[in-house]
Amino acid sequence: MRNPLNKTVTEIKPSGIRKFFDIVHEMDDAISLGVGEPDFDTPWRVRDEAIYSLEQGRTIYTSNSGLMELREEIAVYLKRKYDLEYDPKTEMMVTVGGSEAIDVALRAMLDSGDEVLIPQPSYVSYLPCTILAGGTPVTIDLKEENEFRLTAEELENAITDKTKILILPFPNNPTGAIMERKDLEAIAKIVIEHDIFVLTDEIYSELSYAGEHVSIASFPGMKERTVYINGFSKAFAMTGWRLGYACAPREILQQMLKIHQFAIMCAPTTSQYAAIEALRNCDDEVAAMREEYNERRRYLVHRFKEMKLQCFEPFGAFYIFPSIKEFGMTSDEFATKFLREKKVAVVPGNAFGDCGEGFLRISYAYSLDNLKIALDRFEEFVNELRAAK
Amino acid sequence: MQEKILNYIEKNSRIDIHELAVILGEDEAAVLNTLEEMEQKHIICGYHTLINWEKAGIEKVTAMIEVRVTPQRGMGFDKVAQHIYNYPEVNSVYLISGGFDFMVTLEGKTLREVAEFVSDKLSTLDSVLSTKTNFILKKYKDHGTIMADQPKDERMKVVL
Repeated sequence: MRNPLNKTVTEIKPSGIRKFFDIVHEMDDAISLGVGEPDFDTPWRVRDEAIYSLEQGRTIYTSNSGLMELREEIAVYLKRKYDLEYDPKTEMMVTVGGSEAIDVALRAMLDSGDEVLIPQPSYVSYLPCTILAGGTPVTIDLKEENEFRLTAEELENAITDKTKILILPFPNNPTGAIMERKDLEAIAKIVIEHDIFVLTDEIYSELSYAGEHVSIASFPGMKERTVYINGFSKAFAMTGWRLGYACAPREILQQMLKIHQFAIMCAPTTSQYAAIEALRNCDDEVAAMREEYNERRRYLVHRFKEMKLQCFEPFGAFYIFPSIKEFGMTSDEFATKFLREKKVAVVPGNAFGDCGEGFLRISYAYSLDNLKIALDRFEEFVNELRAAK
Repeated sequence: MQEKILNYIEKNSRIDIHELAVILGEDEAAVLNTLEEMEQKHIICGYHTLINWEKAGIEKVTAMIEVRVTPQRGMGFDKVAQHIYNYPEVNSVYLISGGFDFMVTLEGKTLREVAEFVSDKLSTLDSVLSTKTNFILKKYKDHGTIMADQPKDERMKVVL
């Protein structure tokens, strides 16, 4: 029989830490700090709106780019939150989560051989999506000493004449790093100088704890070369609703829409109706969730400081990324031993790129009570390792 | 800082001061001072525990009693309220707008105990015009807390 498979797909490497995942899933009694999704339920008023839309029989397709009412609401939200101006008719589409938007944007923009700069550690889909779109991924190793921000120098050094897109994943999963106005200004300057494009994945924009989140798309000269991606999963605790959106200059968006139209048709209708309510009436709920994440964040930073564990203070998303280099083990070894001995699951940093080696991603999308138990065990574990040295 | 502390401890008063200071990002000594000051001023009136008595298997009868009264000259409603709230079996007394004047909640061991209080103590007060006793059949949510068992965390153990 002929090989039924596509060569590019089969050559994509499975995650290097799959073995670790298998162990985690076998251990029913383990506490997990390994989850990258909110522990809060979707605000009730949002769920209620979805139920109402079902009762009304709104169970048909929407237009390919999403309900106009929702896109108008997104435009209002982006203007009031991040000072971004997008035309809901021609510069915006509603997608199946932020992840579809990433995929579609890369496919619409890349030709074979085009290079995509991917700062790492970062979310696991940028690299395979680039390959699947025919592009060439070029990773940039972010450094702890820079609090895992992308510096102008790092960017400059990575740019070649084949570079087409820079991916900007901030606030960042897994490091919790953010990029502030001054950081972005330096990046924008180089991006414009070298005439490249930016795909900015701002899915964690509502979870920023050092002042207001700033989007690179709001800088002069940047909107025309930026694909802006956001969604409802993190801000409104709506992961299972699978709803995100992309905003981009008309010429890019119209091509993205073509792919979306043929591959997806439209994002789930029920989710779209629910999302209108989320944008209109959930500022208080979002603020309350952010405040609670921030309390947990402060608690974890404090605990790691007390343990004298090397850890920069993260100001975004719901992750903290401590270094375990002092123990002379790989992230995978540390996480596996910790899981076996203390029954707590954390994610090895190298799951998010080779430069995540020596770090752990710890999620604080858990109640403070849970975090306390887990951190007590972490402290015990660290003390035992140090005593054994 | 006062409001930050109050908002937090209203939901969780058991947290120790060191931890409270850490998670609010405030100085520990300042938190302690503020707390003590609020206790002295009776802004913080107590630290209570929310109990699901039904689950503990302990019988309790709770009633919400609507009370209509004649306010007393020069004292308004306060004097009547005081008379009612001084009974230890009375849990709360609120002055209410609408069809009646006070909402009195009362906890007793048995139906009879509550009924006796209403007929012997409350109804016989000169200023009480009428009462209407509503027995609570089931508590779904109390003090912002849902009494039913909370669903388990069904998220996958690891999500990247």
